[in-house]
Amino acid sequence: MGANLFTNYGEAVAMILFGIGFGNLLLQNNLIKKIIGLNIMDTAIYLFLAEKGYISGRVAPIVTDGVQSMDAYINPIPSGLVLTGIVVSVSVSALMLSITIRLYQRYQTLDLDEISFRLKKEGL
Amino acid sequence: MDFVQNFPAVSILLCLFAGIISSGLKKNAARWVNRILLVTELVLNGCTLAWVAARGESCVYVMGKFPAPWGNEIRIGVLEALMALFFCVIMLLSLEGGVKKLADEVEEGKTFLYYVLCNLLLSSLLALVYTNDLFTAYVFVEINTISACGLIMIRQNGRTIEAAARYMIMSLLGSGLLLMGICMLYDLTGHLLMSNIKAQVEVISGIKQYRIPLLVAIALMSVGLSIKSALFPFHAWLPDAYGYSTVSSAAILSSLVSKGYIFLLFKIIYRVIGFDIFASSRIIDILFLFGLMGMIFGSLSAIRENDIRRMIAFSSVAQIGYIYMGIGMGTQAGMTAAVFHILSHAATKSLLFIAAIGLTDVSDGSRQFIRLTGAAYRNKWAGAAFTMGSLSMVGVPLFAGFISKLMFAQAAVQNQVKMLPALIVLGISTILNAIYFMKTVIRIYTPYEDYPYERVTFRNIKLYAAALVCFIVLNVFLGVSSQPIVDLIDQGLAMFS
Repeated sequence: MGANLFTNYGEAVAMILFGIGFGNLLLQNNLIKKIIGLNIMDTAIYLFLAEKGYISGRVAPIVTDGVQSMDAYINPIPSGLVLTGIVVSVSVSALMLSITIRLYQRYQTLDLDEISFRLKKEGL
Repeated sequence: MDFVQNFPAVSILLCLFAGIISSGLKKNAARWVNRILLVTELVLNGCTLAWVAARGESCVYVMGKFPAPWGNEIRIGVLEALMALFFCVIMLLSLEGGVKKLADEVEEGKTFLYYVLCNLLLSSLLALVYTNDLFTAYVFVEINTISACGLIMIRQNGRTIEAAARYMIMSLLGSGLLLMGICMLYDLTGHLLMSNIKAQVEVISGIKQYRIPLLVAIALMSVGLSIKSALFPFHAWLPDAYGYSTVSSAAILSSLVSKGYIFLLFKIIYRVIGFDIFASSRIIDILFLFGLMGMIFGSLSAIRENDIRRMIAFSSVAQIGYIYMGIGMGTQAGMTAAVFHILSHAATKSLLFIAAIGLTDVSDGSRQFIRLTGAAYRNKWAGAAFTMGSLSMVGVPLFAGFISKLMFAQAAVQNQVKMLPALIVLGISTILNAIYFMKTVIRIYTPYEDYPYERVTFRNIKLYAAALVCFIVLNVFLGVSSQPIVDLIDQGLAMFS
């Protein structure tokens, strides 16, 4: 168990980061901190994928010097997944930031609970 | 007739193109593009359903040039085609029923964006339903989330923006867990296509290796999708999102968006993990427990609510609980009941939302029960439709809700351990449903003559009334001739594995 954790330290770090990001996204009150948590969480997943796709001693799968053997390159699919994931994560971060701007313009605060409290008081 | 197998791919692409085209159009043009698109989708998916049901076996449609382990695939089965057809019907009716309200609540220059979002939402739903690739499913889950967030926010006031923020936060937590689960599963099996993953999962569990990672992956995906579909403890965002967005959005969100995620969970259970492996893990017990809690606490919150829209929203929490209870029973009958409840709840809940808006409109826009007294006399169509929807929700025979409750009860009897809690909670939840829905029906039919608002005549609300009638017909159809639908669902579930 402990030895496995040490050899796969990359995955272990990814999991810890995932937990940190998840906790921040869930528990922080400040919207900006929530978005930072979201990005940490997503990045942890990319680290996990990159770590899984990497085979030590091999290089990125781009044929430059004529080597076409499969044994020379790492697994390209996780890298592709990471790229797709980054696109998704950028767009949801942008959307969250725009919602945050809207809320800040209305209520001059970034605290989600404070905003809910004021909405209740407005009685909309 | 083999060209029919192109239809699912065409229908997904058509939605995406319609979304792109609509973004450059004016309000009415965008609305017509959306209407034509939805009717086309109805025809396409109807043909697919007829074709695949007659064919008797599912087929796989390869997207692009690469064959199975590498390429991307669409899978056409009876259940997929049925769901796609049903989603199109509900979306068409919800949009037609809420179109007038949409014009009131959304800024003039932004209405076309609503249709863009609807087209994108439909494309993502169809892709979720048809895809055979887990990562594609994840990408479309995110597209679904983003467009659903737009649907909540399109009516701009403080409440909706706050609801959208809360919705996004919960959804992102869910999709984070889902993505992590998919990555772990990819790591264990080396595949992204559902059928290949399933073959590998069988090998792994056959040699009894990697049990904990497999369990963690299943748990992450199930929890992620149940957060996204607002299972009981994760429902905090739901009442505001359904209660304050424009009415078509509320109907679409409650009956399509959350159901899309549940359908993806079904696909994962059957097509990725395998039903037996999923049923033998402890995760279904947790889903069962939370389903039961949702049925009780959702109804209790609905009883306490003084706002008709929020009451219907809380009732959704209870109904989602029913579906997860069906999944949690771990029997085929429970699964069939859960799929049928997806259909019946979608038909009923959108009817209730659309009918409720007619009632609040004739009560000075107020949603408080005290102001709704006698509203059914001022808008007879909405009153009758709301009553029908309530009866269906409570589970009166002739309506869709009765059949799903009956099927849940039958499924519960087959599982000896879970029979007692399931039946007891089903009974309690039905009584609670009856309390809050009948309370509302009695309230809207209490005569209150000297009210200063005018009665609505049929001439003003033709389209709205037509949508309501279609919804009622759909409900009664599901309730009266349920057997063919149940047979189709059984056939579809058999094709899944």
